[in-house]
Amino acid sequence: MTALLTIIVLVFILVAIWQMVKIFDLAQAKGENSAVATDKDNTMNAYLMMGFLAFIYIITIVCFVKWGDLPLMSNSASAHGPIIDNLMVISMVLIFFVQTVTQFLLHYFAFKYKGEKGKKALFFADNNKLEFIWTIIPVIVLAGLIIYGLSTWINITSVDESDDPLVIELYAQQFNWKARYSGADNTLGKANVRLIDIDRANILGLDEADPNAQDDIITTELHLPVGKPVLFKMRSQDVLHSAYMPHFRAQMNCVPGMITQFGFTPTVTTADMRQTQQMQEKVTNINEIRVEKSMALVAKGEEALERYEFDYLLLCNKICGKSHYNMQMKIIVETQEEYDAWIKEQKEFKNSLIN
Amino acid sequence: MSAHADTHAHDDDHGHHHKETFVTKYIFSQDHKMIAKQYLVTGTFMGIIGILMSLMFRMQIAWPEEPNVLFEALLGKWAPGGVMDADIYLALVTIHGTIMVFFVLTAGLSGTFSNLLIPLQIGARDMASGFLNMVSYWLFFLSSVIMVISLFVEAGPAAAGWTIYPPLSALPMAQGGSGMGMTLWLVAMAIFIASSLLGSLNYVVTVINLRTKGMSMTRLPLTIWAFFITAVIGIISFPVLLSAALLLIMDRSFGTSFFLSDIFIQGEVLHYQGGSPVLFEHLFWFLGHPEVYIVILPAMGLVSEIMASNSRKPIFGYRAMIASILAIAFLSTIVWGHHMFISGMNPFLGSVFTFTTLLIAIPSAVKAFNWITTLWKGNLQMNPAMLFSIGFVSTFITGGLTGIILGDSALDINVHDTYFVVAHFHLVMGISALYGMFAGIYHWYPKMYGRMLNKNLGYIHFWITAVCAYGVFFPMHFIGMAGLPRRYYTNSNFPLFDDLANVNVIITIFALVGGVVQLIYLYNFFASMYYGKKATQNPWRSTTLEWTTPVEHIHGNWPGEIPHVHRWAYDYSKPGHDVDFVPQDVPLMVGEEELQH
Repeated sequence: MTALLTIIVLVFILVAIWQMVKIFDLAQAKGENSAVATDKDNTMNAYLMMGFLAFIYIITIVCFVKWGDLPLMSNSASAHGPIIDNLMVISMVLIFFVQTVTQFLLHYFAFKYKGEKGKKALFFADNNKLEFIWTIIPVIVLAGLIIYGLSTWINITSVDESDDPLVIELYAQQFNWKARYSGADNTLGKANVRLIDIDRANILGLDEADPNAQDDIITTELHLPVGKPVLFKMRSQDVLHSAYMPHFRAQMNCVPGMITQFGFTPTVTTADMRQTQQMQEKVTNINEIRVEKSMALVAKGEEALERYEFDYLLLCNKICGKSHYNMQMKIIVETQEEYDAWIKEQKEFKNSLIN
Repeated sequence: MSAHADTHAHDDDHGHHHKETFVTKYIFSQDHKMIAKQYLVTGTFMGIIGILMSLMFRMQIAWPEEPNVLFEALLGKWAPGGVMDADIYLALVTIHGTIMVFFVLTAGLSGTFSNLLIPLQIGARDMASGFLNMVSYWLFFLSSVIMVISLFVEAGPAAAGWTIYPPLSALPMAQGGSGMGMTLWLVAMAIFIASSLLGSLNYVVTVINLRTKGMSMTRLPLTIWAFFITAVIGIISFPVLLSAALLLIMDRSFGTSFFLSDIFIQGEVLHYQGGSPVLFEHLFWFLGHPEVYIVILPAMGLVSEIMASNSRKPIFGYRAMIASILAIAFLSTIVWGHHMFISGMNPFLGSVFTFTTLLIAIPSAVKAFNWITTLWKGNLQMNPAMLFSIGFVSTFITGGLTGIILGDSALDINVHDTYFVVAHFHLVMGISALYGMFAGIYHWYPKMYGRMLNKNLGYIHFWITAVCAYGVFFPMHFIGMAGLPRRYYTNSNFPLFDDLANVNVIITIFALVGGVVQLIYLYNFFASMYYGKKATQNPWRSTTLEWTTPVEHIHGNWPGEIPHVHRWAYDYSKPGHDVDFVPQDVPLMVGEEELQH
């Protein structure tokens, strides 16, 4: 019933708008009757063009001031993070320089050269020198960006085995994450989803006969020792997922049927990150918002929201089904000692099986 | 100067007058002008659905999980108590993307203006094959009908994103929408591709063979160049999507394993072995990336033409404009991998695609600078079409520039699949192509319907739309740079993003206003067909051949001989002439030299 009423109301609103536009349409038909822009239209729109230029500049400034703390451009927590951030800042500065200048020229010309009766435009069809200039400038700038970008990319994606990275598997399924540590031998045991045996609690399909698999450790939280290179091997059991760790400037898809990888070195522990000024401001702000929201919730008789405390997160960033929006895992970066203590408490694969 | 046009106005006998019934004239028409209008109206209808969907999911993002009477009314069982369901959220996102990219900005834009303008501007009586042209439209219509029907199936419409990556799209147990909804999606798209290929082949053949005497390739208006190259890209890339769709149908229904391997879902192991979803990604993006140029190139062509005409100036750098279209077309087929930097493909391939992708910025920059220079020292006639063209250049620059970040593999790691991407492609190809389409409609409406659109409604339409477009997509870059992933039904499970909630509310309000304003345009569009001011033959005082045809449509376009062409399409304000435009069919004056462009 409400649905029907809503539709009726909507239809009436549409009819009302239609009628208002029609009245407007008829009202102005009496005046000068031209469907083509007159000098008056040209002048009005020329001024609006300058107004619009101001609007673009203002929205740019407002966005930067209000939301421009840009978590993905500073405060990274991995060794390669600052390199990416640096490239990002350079690209941004360049983009905003070009944006400011070209938008000015476009809108200013639209204003300056507004049409007037009797004026004649300049017949200016070609100028090889000009065109050469604005071809060669982008070529040079882009050559720089390409070289810088590619060296960064190669730097990030090449895995240096001599660093002896900690090998961890990230295992994705609808709609949660598991981590598999490779244990004392730092070698992941063989695995295939065909070997999954839920009754025996072999949930990731490890090869029970593989000696390398025996000391593997499966967890639902990701703990990383600070300063130690980590090499993630990604696997998915059902559909595509993407392991996105924004604070570490890391992302890689998890693809059923193949193993993908991404490596980085975490540089800031969770505890240290919570202490940074930028993070404290962010958390305070978020908690103020949550307190406000909680008051509204309590008034409605619902539970208040929990206080927020910062944690690194692993998010799924490839559409994977209904609960895609809630597929996350906590990441804890800690000192080597804390990490060692934690991993010792976890069950090894051979002990976790149910016989 | 207008005398030349009147010379053929009186000998009617040369025209091709067939006896036409209502059905052959308005429904199964083979006349390119009628087919263009059919494309436009169908595209408009699909556009209304697509935009309405975006407004619904925008409301869900701004006010997550709150009851909304609109949802209850429109979504029915998918919004119990007015709260939107997570499955239907993904379906809305998916179908919005599909409809806008293919049905509105490919068929609605290219289908309308290629059909309308190719024969008229090159001086042809009709398309090379009127019959194929008709079949092409009706396949598109059929595909639209199937796509709309798919919205009403029991388990919901396709919901795997418009990129329909398997296994999600291949396995009905992975998601409700991957059942019947996805089957219908694939069928609709297969028919759509057939329609698009028939159309494209027709455009290419027509441009190559049916140009009137004197219409050399270097005298073609830039619109025709754009449509021509667009059709070529379509012919190269659409069959690849068709093959991907067919293989996916095989995987779904006939047990093959092209894209699937080693899957354990809902407690059981599936038999698939040896396939790879990454293969699908390659096939999809081999079309998917050229597709954005299929969308934007026609808009660029329309804008170039409208800017020159309304600036009363030749388009600046005609040859450079053609060269850049060719360069973009060539590069567009070798950049698809930039959608897959983090798909698990070899990082070396990533570097190659970064290189080719960033190269596209060069021809794009040339085009932007040439448009700006076209305005310089012009005599700008601020018709609504001109405003939308200037708006096009503005959003194309704003959206295009962030491509420098996304095309750079190292930076893409960070912002891949976040709202930064959403903001980027909506500005550079969504809004820009929509502006190009609006510009084209305002400019060629008199040619299509013999009446003028109301300009004041056009001004209101443009200015509010322009403000809203920036209001929606500019702040969206910033929530992307804060790491917010796209396609999340709600962000309330991530306190980390709580401080972005108010930005989402602002974006949604701009979107709602921008959506409602389109009603003014719809009123203008439909009411002007009957009440608009009658058009004169050449209302914008343009040089191209379509304005030499009579206002009333006749089959065969010109009542008499097809005019011959003696000059390029951009003789605006040429020194030595009294008027500020010299149509293409006017012979050179004694001693006048054609510009060696």
